[in-house]
Amino acid sequence: MTTLTKQPLSHLDWLEAEAIHILREVAGQCANPVLLFSGGKDSLCILRLAEKAFRPGRFPFPLMHIDTGHNYQEVINFRDQRAAELGERLIVRSVEDSIKRGSVVLKSADESRNKHQSVTLLEGIEEFGFDCCIGGARRDEEKARAKERIMSFRDEFGQWDPKNQRPELWNLYNARSHKGENIRAFPISNWTEMDVWQYIEREQLELPSIYFAHNRDIVMRNGSIFPVNVPLTNGEVINQPKPGEEVQNIQVRFRTVGDITCTAPVISDADTLGKIVLETATTTITERGATRLDDQTSDASMEQRKKEGYF
Amino acid sequence: MSKIENLPVHNDSLLRFMTCGSVDDGKSTLIGRLLFDTKTILADTLTQMERTSNKRGLDVVDLSLLTDGLQAEREQGITIDVAYRYFSTGTRKYIIADAPGHEQYTRNMVTAASTANLAIILIDARKGVLTQTRRHSYLAQLVGIPHIVVAINKMDLVDYSQAEYERIRASYLEFAEQIGLQRAGHDITFVPMSALNGDMLVDRGTSMPWYQGPTMLELLESAPAAHSEQHESFRFPVQFVCRPHASDNPELHDFRGFMGRIESGDITVGDEVTALPSGLSSKVKSIQIGEEKLQRAITEQSVTILLEDEIDISRGDMIVKKSDAPEPVKQINAMVCWLSETALSPARTYIIRHTTRESKAKVGEIAYKIDVNTTEKLSAEGSLSMNDIASISFKLAQPLMVDAYTTNRATGAFIIIDESTNNTVGAGMIQA
Repeated sequence: MTTLTKQPLSHLDWLEAEAIHILREVAGQCANPVLLFSGGKDSLCILRLAEKAFRPGRFPFPLMHIDTGHNYQEVINFRDQRAAELGERLIVRSVEDSIKRGSVVLKSADESRNKHQSVTLLEGIEEFGFDCCIGGARRDEEKARAKERIMSFRDEFGQWDPKNQRPELWNLYNARSHKGENIRAFPISNWTEMDVWQYIEREQLELPSIYFAHNRDIVMRNGSIFPVNVPLTNGEVINQPKPGEEVQNIQVRFRTVGDITCTAPVISDADTLGKIVLETATTTITERGATRLDDQTSDASMEQRKKEGYF
Repeated sequence: MSKIENLPVHNDSLLRFMTCGSVDDGKSTLIGRLLFDTKTILADTLTQMERTSNKRGLDVVDLSLLTDGLQAEREQGITIDVAYRYFSTGTRKYIIADAPGHEQYTRNMVTAASTANLAIILIDARKGVLTQTRRHSYLAQLVGIPHIVVAINKMDLVDYSQAEYERIRASYLEFAEQIGLQRAGHDITFVPMSALNGDMLVDRGTSMPWYQGPTMLELLESAPAAHSEQHESFRFPVQFVCRPHASDNPELHDFRGFMGRIESGDITVGDEVTALPSGLSSKVKSIQIGEEKLQRAITEQSVTILLEDEIDISRGDMIVKKSDAPEPVKQINAMVCWLSETALSPARTYIIRHTTRESKAKVGEIAYKIDVNTTEKLSAEGSLSMNDIASISFKLAQPLMVDAYTTNRATGAFIIIDESTNNTVGAGMIQA
């Protein structure tokens, strides 16, 4: 064995190689896969990985975004721009349309639409007959995800059964499914939030501006920073402050990007990738703990949503 | 130890390891400590653990809450599946596979072991080498984990006695000799420890001045990463063939890139290669990761390889060096761990997935089963139930390009799939 072989791959090179391998297994094993793309940092990493996996060819799958209608316009614009730059096909399916069809019924007009994405996603899967959805979920995000497989089986109702998962050994993935069932594939399962930021920094990936420190109107609601007066792409302004709440304009950034009604920013002056990596290294709050209001309901809320067909 | 600053990891390697033991041995405390001392557990997670501990009437934070992930498990207070945890030290990133230790979870241990390059086997210093220690060690050997760290834990409960430590060490080595652990190329290291007090884990502590060896973390930091000690034979199973002939760019009309991950060995531009099973040969014209061109690529890199000649290669084929090619075979003998609640039926046809290739397979003969507690060979009675381990021969419809598992963990491994349910029902390791 030569001495060069002994030289270790850096952890980012290793994670990248693993993710490329997983993406190619999806392409090799599945007849009609789709890549779920939100414009968020995790799915932007996956787009870069897909480029490394399949260029100079086209991606062997389209991109699909499940739009709650309550997304930051910076992110939506960025999503469209990135898909156009790559020259890949972008499908958008919206919770708004599911509401019109009657398959999603909101309890109240201002209810968070985050959990209703599952319905729209399942409708999209059925419409196009997708047998595999590639997603950017990571095992370090949440306890229920720590045990999820890289290729995770869903039955015809899109349900995840944590007690009945396929064993997954070595790097031999089993993405087989019968008609109507599907696989969720998670190429960056083994990445942490830090790995994601280090990869973005190394690859110099462009991101939606709201990941960087910026000034924003907020109120304090239930102990969290809550963004208010947020304009949507359709001109509507949502998240109005409640009577008695004091609106402040402070410097914040988003650690995760999702539905406006349930994603909180953190106070930050990190306006470069380098500063974000440092901030991530020294933070004392987990990514979802600080920023995802929908996960705080109970210890098991993510598990519950996943069983119902969530990403 | 002050060197853990939780700074971003830069340019360093990754180690996958597993922990074997039960909650009683202090496994959760060990993992909790590693995560806590490397500042991986953040404040809000701690608060949540405190809340749950209080709800259950505990007055200290139960560190096992970190590793018991699923609602079903929390209700029953046990771990039933493999969970993956992550931490980094500033010099290295770690992936822990945490598997339950009980006998009925052999399949979970085998799963966790399949991706690990190091196993920590926990022994309670008050109890010494137990049946479960033997089971864990046998499985670590079976699944080919090269580095074994025997952590003799709860030293605080035996007054940090060096004599006790030496006694357990000697008894483990005697057992290791019986099963041929070191003869099979595994290295064994011992460390006395109190996970509860943190002695010899990250910090040395002051209670065991008689122990001069490395701490647990130092052992983890210095263990080789998997790819650095892989078999040197070049094995490149083709995952996907890239042919952008419809591209707008006419230069790409003849592009044929063979995409895959190098499972072992290395490859350099100009090397003579053979495609299997066809046996057709060519030379490496180019190696790429995305747009980036490489002169040489090594184990575990995912690359695209272009050849000088236009030869027919598709997914499931394997590119190897001409001088070092395995023989395609249509019959294999393997140690199989049965993973499914539905017993193996010798009458049925299964699918074997080996690297990127699949073949239908029929069970030939079940030579013997293994008692995982005593490592004794038992006579086989026609079928295999969940958690059974047995030596089985298979007849294959398609040829597979295999190596013995003991020489190559990637090309020696396969999974067995039940065609009717698509479930993964078995894991196999090819015998020489």
